[in-house]
Amino acid sequence: MEVGQMQRTWVEYTKSLFMEGFLDGQFTQLQLLQDESNPDFVVEVVSLFFEDSERLLNDLTRALDQQSVDFKRVDAHVHQLKGSSSSIGAQRVKNACIAFRSFCEQQNSEACLKCLQQVKQEYYLVKNKLETLIRLEQQIVAAGGSVPMEELSF
Amino acid sequence: MESCNCIEPQWPAEELLMKYQYISDFFIALAYFSIPLELIYFVKKSAVFPYRWVLVQFGAFIVLCGATHLINLWTFTMHSRTVAIVMTIAKVLTAVVSCATALMLVHIIPDLLSVKTRELILKNKAAELDREMGLIRTQEETGRHVRMLTHEIRSTLDRHTILKTTLVELGRTLALEECALWMPTRSGLELQLSYTLRQQNPVGYTVPIQLPVINKVFSCNRAVKISPNCPVARIRPFAGKYMPGEVVAVRVPLLHLSNFQINDWPELSTKRYALMVLMLPSDSARQWHAYELELVEVVADQVAVALSHAAILEESMRARDLLMEQNVALDLARREAETAIRARNDFLAVMNHEMRTPMHAIIALSSLLQETELTPEQRLMVETILKSSNLLATLINDVLDLSRLEDGSLQLDLGTFNLHAVFWEVLNLIKPIASVKKLPVTLSLAPDLPEYAIGDQKRLMQTILNVVGNAVKFSKEGNISITAFVAKPESLRDPRFPDFFPVPSDSHFYLCVKVKDEGLGINPQDISKLFTKFAQSQSSATGNSSGSGLGLAICKRFVNLMEGHIWIESEGLGKGCTAIFVVKLGILERSNESKHPFMPKVPAIHGQTAFSGLKVLVMDDNGVSRMVTKGLLVHLGCDVTTVSSSDECLRVVSQDHKVVFMDVCIPDGFEVAVRIHEKFTKRHERPLIVALTENTSKVTKENCMRVGMDGVILKPVSVDEMRGVLSYLLEHRVLFEAM
Repeated sequence: MEVGQMQRTWVEYTKSLFMEGFLDGQFTQLQLLQDESNPDFVVEVVSLFFEDSERLLNDLTRALDQQSVDFKRVDAHVHQLKGSSSSIGAQRVKNACIAFRSFCEQQNSEACLKCLQQVKQEYYLVKNKLETLIRLEQQIVAAGGSVPMEELSF
Repeated sequence: MESCNCIEPQWPAEELLMKYQYISDFFIALAYFSIPLELIYFVKKSAVFPYRWVLVQFGAFIVLCGATHLINLWTFTMHSRTVAIVMTIAKVLTAVVSCATALMLVHIIPDLLSVKTRELILKNKAAELDREMGLIRTQEETGRHVRMLTHEIRSTLDRHTILKTTLVELGRTLALEECALWMPTRSGLELQLSYTLRQQNPVGYTVPIQLPVINKVFSCNRAVKISPNCPVARIRPFAGKYMPGEVVAVRVPLLHLSNFQINDWPELSTKRYALMVLMLPSDSARQWHAYELELVEVVADQVAVALSHAAILEESMRARDLLMEQNVALDLARREAETAIRARNDFLAVMNHEMRTPMHAIIALSSLLQETELTPEQRLMVETILKSSNLLATLINDVLDLSRLEDGSLQLDLGTFNLHAVFWEVLNLIKPIASVKKLPVTLSLAPDLPEYAIGDQKRLMQTILNVVGNAVKFSKEGNISITAFVAKPESLRDPRFPDFFPVPSDSHFYLCVKVKDEGLGINPQDISKLFTKFAQSQSSATGNSSGSGLGLAICKRFVNLMEGHIWIESEGLGKGCTAIFVVKLGILERSNESKHPFMPKVPAIHGQTAFSGLKVLVMDDNGVSRMVTKGLLVHLGCDVTTVSSSDECLRVVSQDHKVVFMDVCIPDGFEVAVRIHEKFTKRHERPLIVALTENTSKVTKENCMRVGMDGVILKPVSVDEMRGVLSYLLEHRVLFEAM
């Protein structure tokens, strides 16, 4: 595939991610922060997000598995996850976290479990999408082109 | 007897003849002696006599002749030889002198004769000079008369007076019997008797204009003698016994203003003449002299000029009266218009007040609602309500502004402001609406765009917001891009607007803003109507034609006030459109730092690296958040240190850090702020403390304020927001409006 086509694909894909709500404006902000002095910023942040999130999800699973759930701890974790996802612009994950937190306040473990599932689902979805996106970007760069950030918005 | 040497006369002395001869000789001698005496006497009397020598000679001749005759007396009787000898000597002498005299007279007599001729010539010359002198004197008199007449004629500008005076003066100067003026009627076919000298009210005699005598007079520019019997001269009943006086007629050109518009004197192409008829007294046997005719001609010319002056004056008086009337009418209209404007302004003011009160309620309550706990959807709704009501409030202001703009009573509020911040704010305001419609909005500011500018910030923002708002309003899909850059003079010279001459100088620059959308577009024919008040494009595709149609009209006026220009380009319906405007803004002088106490302490502000080297500290326990915030600040050029706990923060924080960003959700977050205050007692040493939080409740804000934080920022924060916040913060050292 030649560079132009790859770039167009990238743009379309990115746009679709926004349209479908996987990503929001914050992700664009991250992309804006990427420049010559910081060429891998997005990749770095995204990787960190993956690491953090996986750790947090594991912690959450473990915490909710307990007999007596420590809702404070759960809440703290969810809060962290919410923070990370909102920092990166993973909109759906963030929204799921917000819902999760409200159930934590209610101390409803059933609902919390359900929310956890939801969050996980959303997380894996977005992880998939982001990985695809990054791969696309790497292909473009390998082919000698540049990622057309300016075609995006917000 | 024989020794008597006497000479015997030939004839006896007693003879009668001898006696007569004796007497004659005696008288001759007497006469001859008396002549020189007379001559001497009269010559002595006269002063000039050029020929003295001749006189002497002649005297001698005469005396000798007399002597001869005298001596001859003795010869009638017996006389001695001595007498004879004396006689002979006398005669000889006489003969000599007389011959000499005769010879000289040959020379002298022609001379004497020529003197006489010369005298005659001189006399003739003197007579001639006398004659000429008389002529000159007469001419000079004529000239004096003409001048006096002219003076009389030109001393008034009233047409009737002019004509009357002319006739009167002419009559006086030339001792005329009658003087009359015939004017052409309106139709131009007849001459009507208009003025006469002697008759008080001339009856309306008319003569047809085509009479041969009249033609003769009109075709010649001199005074013409005419017959006393022709119709124009038969004005009054003939009263004299003998001959009526000679009559002269002259044409008086009636000049019009149009005749004076050519540079050289007009050739009297006007063809409208009046006829002046002058009659010498009858029975006077006077004749028209050449100088009198000349006088008449000159007067006729003067009258023509005076009449045209009078006509011009009448014209200008009429025009002046008309103007005065118009002035009065205009004044009245102006007063009425002013009253109307005042009435409208009053109405608008009242209406605005009535409209603003509920608006304030909506805005206030929405703000309050925003402070409470809301779900994200609810928050979005409330924000939209707030933004919309703000826009509506702005619209109400617009209406008032527009009416003030039209009066010309609006003036720009010039001030120094952050130009970049204006654009970010517009972006923030338009984001919610655009996101609802799912329209991506990009903003790109040129690197050479000054950070600060001098101008009317509020109205500039209003303009940008309006233009961008329109782009959003009239787009159903597609990108909206806002670009701002410093306009170069060449690119600004739009041939469509030849009046717009932007001249950048050292103190001003031209900001050019382009807003491009891919929305509904505009029919090129409608573009000109866009900027007119209340005109809306009636295309049904627009659907909800919200807005009063005032926006662009107001923008145009603001732009004009800022000495700029605004225009819209569109390829057609469905092809989107681009709105471009250029405004003049003042450049902030770097050297005048003392005049602007709000200048941030960071020197050399250029474009994006506004905060190069600004040392900041970021405290956040969430790794991703921390990384993102750091990346953001690094992108802005700051020198960022990150810490993940409050202890670490307190350890690391120093005087060099200008700002500390802390996530207040971590435990002890507020504590840190208090500690920092304790650590740095002096205000200028202490770094500014800004809280980062996802929670925008009033409680959080109050808590932040209580512990002495300088500001609160809502996470997640965008690059633009961070930039704006940082600059505002550094400028004002407090940030509590940034939520």
